[in-house]
Amino acid sequence: MRMVRLGLKSLMLHKLRSTLTTAGILFGVASVIAMLAVGEGASAETLRQYREMGVTNVLIRSKKPEETQQSSTSSTMSILGYGLVYHDADRIQNLLPTATVVRVREFQRGVIRGENWTSTIIVGTEVDFLDVTNMKVDEGRWLSELDQQHQANICVIGHKLARNLFPLEDPVGKTILVGIEDRFEVVGVLEGQGRAASPNGTTLDECAFIPLTSSRRRFGDTVRNPSTNRFENVELQEVKVKMPSTDDVEMAAAVLDRMLMSDPVHSAKKDIEITVPLELLRKAEATERMFNLVLAVIASISLLVGGIGIMNVMLATVTERTREIGIRRALGAKKKHIVQQFLVEAGVLSALGGLVGVGLGVLVPYGIERWFEQQTDVQPPHVLLAFGISAAVGVVFGLYPAWRAANMDPVEALRHE
Amino acid sequence: MVARTAVVAAATEGNAVTAADRPIIAEFVDVHRHYVMGKNVVKALNGVSMQVRKGDYLAIMGRSGSGKSTMLNILGGLDRPTSGEYRVGGRDVSRLSDDDLSDVRGREIGFIFQSFNLIPQLTVLENLEVPLFYQGRVGPESRRKAEHLAGRVGLGGRLEHKPMELSGGQQQRVAIARALMNDPLFLLADEATGNLDSNTEKEILDLFDDLRPDGVTIVVVTHNPKVAERADHTLWLKDGQVEQLIDNRAAAGRGTT
Repeated sequence: MRMVRLGLKSLMLHKLRSTLTTAGILFGVASVIAMLAVGEGASAETLRQYREMGVTNVLIRSKKPEETQQSSTSSTMSILGYGLVYHDADRIQNLLPTATVVRVREFQRGVIRGENWTSTIIVGTEVDFLDVTNMKVDEGRWLSELDQQHQANICVIGHKLARNLFPLEDPVGKTILVGIEDRFEVVGVLEGQGRAASPNGTTLDECAFIPLTSSRRRFGDTVRNPSTNRFENVELQEVKVKMPSTDDVEMAAAVLDRMLMSDPVHSAKKDIEITVPLELLRKAEATERMFNLVLAVIASISLLVGGIGIMNVMLATVTERTREIGIRRALGAKKKHIVQQFLVEAGVLSALGGLVGVGLGVLVPYGIERWFEQQTDVQPPHVLLAFGISAAVGVVFGLYPAWRAANMDPVEALRHE
Repeated sequence: MVARTAVVAAATEGNAVTAADRPIIAEFVDVHRHYVMGKNVVKALNGVSMQVRKGDYLAIMGRSGSGKSTMLNILGGLDRPTSGEYRVGGRDVSRLSDDDLSDVRGREIGFIFQSFNLIPQLTVLENLEVPLFYQGRVGPESRRKAEHLAGRVGLGGRLEHKPMELSGGQQQRVAIARALMNDPLFLLADEATGNLDSNTEKEILDLFDDLRPDGVTIVVVTHNPKVAERADHTLWLKDGQVEQLIDNRAAAGRGTT
C-alpha cells in the first residue's frame, strides 16, 4: 500500500506526462469494452431472432415465382397459383415420421371490434403451432383439435392485437369481426413476445390465430393480392417442421430439400424456400466469432500501443531518476526493491487508465443505446478482461524499464546529474 | 610491491582510552582495486590496509586521482575490491552477493553525500524512513526515531517539509539524520560540506563533533584541509596507496598543520 502511495507521489511529479500515458491505456480499455458491447448487442439481436425461429425447426415457405412479372401483364384476371399445398405437408410427415408438421395459412384482413379497427394478418393453423413457435397463452386457451374438427369460429389473438381491439375490456369471450362478415369468438390471448416481424411483415403479437379448417372454409385459398390486384391461389404459406432435437435438423433439411426439389411443380416454379434457423444461427455465430476475433486483434493493438507508451514513459522516468535509484541503492535498496518500485509505478499508471477506461467503456455503450437506439450489451467478463489486460500491460511493459533501473551501477547512478 | 600499511590504532596510543580497547569496525586488508580501461589496467587502489575503530573520526584526503573516490565506494559497499579484504564489523564483505552487500549498506553504513541526495518528491519524514523501509522497519517506531533524530540535528518540526523547501545546510542535516536512522557502524561522508558556504560548513562540522559523544564513528572523504583537520586523524592517499597517517591533535600540539 505504501509502495502504491509512494508510486503515486512519484507519478505526480509529472502530472501531464502521467495523465497522457494513462490516457493511452484509458482509451484502449474503453474502446475494447465499448466495441465488444456494441458487437455483442448487434449479434445478440440477430442470434435471438434465429433462436426465436426455433433451432430444431425447418421452415418451408411459399414464395411467389419470379416469372409472375411477365404473366401479370398478360392477364390480370387469371389466378396465380403457387406455393405449398396440403398434400406437401402430408408427404413431409410421411418422410419424417418423428417430426411435428404444422401447416400455416396467412392472409390479410381487417379486424373490427366496436369502434376499433385494424388490418392484420390472420393465421390459420394447427394445434402444434404454439409448441413449434414456442409461444405461450397468457389468458384463456389455445386452439384445440375439436376446434379444427368443427371448423369453429374461434380465434386466439396476439398480445398487441388484444390491446388494440380491447383497450378497456377483457377480450376472452368477446367476438370480433374478421373481414366483412365472419365473426370469431376470442378464446385466448397470447403472451407478449416482443419478437421481430415474421417474413410476412407482421409480428406474432399482432396476429389473430384461427383453426386452419375454419380458415379454409370461411376464406378459401384464393386471395386478391392488393399490391398487384391479382388473385393468388396459395394453399399454405408455410409448413413448419419441428424435429425432436437439433441433431436431426441437418438430416431433415436435406430430406426436405431433396423432396421439394425433386417435385416437378415446385422445382419448375421455384415457389418455395427452405429456411433452417439452426444453420443461420451457426453462420451468425461463426460471424460473431470472426467479429470477436477482429475486435480482439484491434483491442490487443490498442493496448499494445498503450503499453509502448507506458514503456516509453517509464524509460524516461528511470533515466531521469537515475540519481534517486543510486541514492536508494546506497541506502540499502536491493535490486528487487528497485524493480518493485518501478513496476508499481507502471502498474499504477496502467491500472488507473484501466479503471477510468472501464468507466468510460461502460458509459459509451449506454450513450449509444440511448441516443442511437442501437442495442448494446456490456458483459462483465469483457470488462474484467479489458481491465486485467490493461493491468498486465503495465506490468509487462514496465518490466524492462524496471530491470534497467535495478541493474544500474550504484556508483554510476550516484554520479549522474 | 609491498603494500604500505597505516594503522590508526597505532597513532592513537597514549590517549586516555587506549585505542586497542575499542573494536575494529571497518578494516582494509591489502585492498587492490583495478579497472580495465581498454588495454590499460588502472590501479585505483594498490594495496591499501587500514583500520577504523569505534568512535574514530577519520579524514581521508588525497589529490584527484589518488584513489579517494574508489576507497569511498569500497568503504560504502558500493564497489568491491579486485583483491584483498574489506571487513565490516569483523565480516569480510568483499565477496558478498549484490543483495547481501545491499544489506550491509542498509544496516551498517550511514551515507552522507556532497549534494545531500534527498529524494525530492518525499517529505523529510519519508526521506528519513527510506533506509528502514528497505529493511521492512517502517512504522510508528521509525516515526518516533525520525522525530528524535530530526530534533537531534536541529530540524524538529520540519518533518512534513519537502527537501526543496529547506536551505542547503538544513538539507544536509536531514541527510545526516537519515544516515543515523539505521544505527550504522559508521558515518561515511563524501565531501559533506562541498556544496555549503563556510558558515554552514562550520555548523555541519560542529554537528559531527556533537554526535561523537554518542559513540558515533565518522569517516570523511575530502580534499578540503579545513574539513580534514577537524578529524582526529588524516589518512593521505597517493597513487592508490596510503602515503601517511597523521594524528591531527599531535600535529596541532606541535603547532603545525
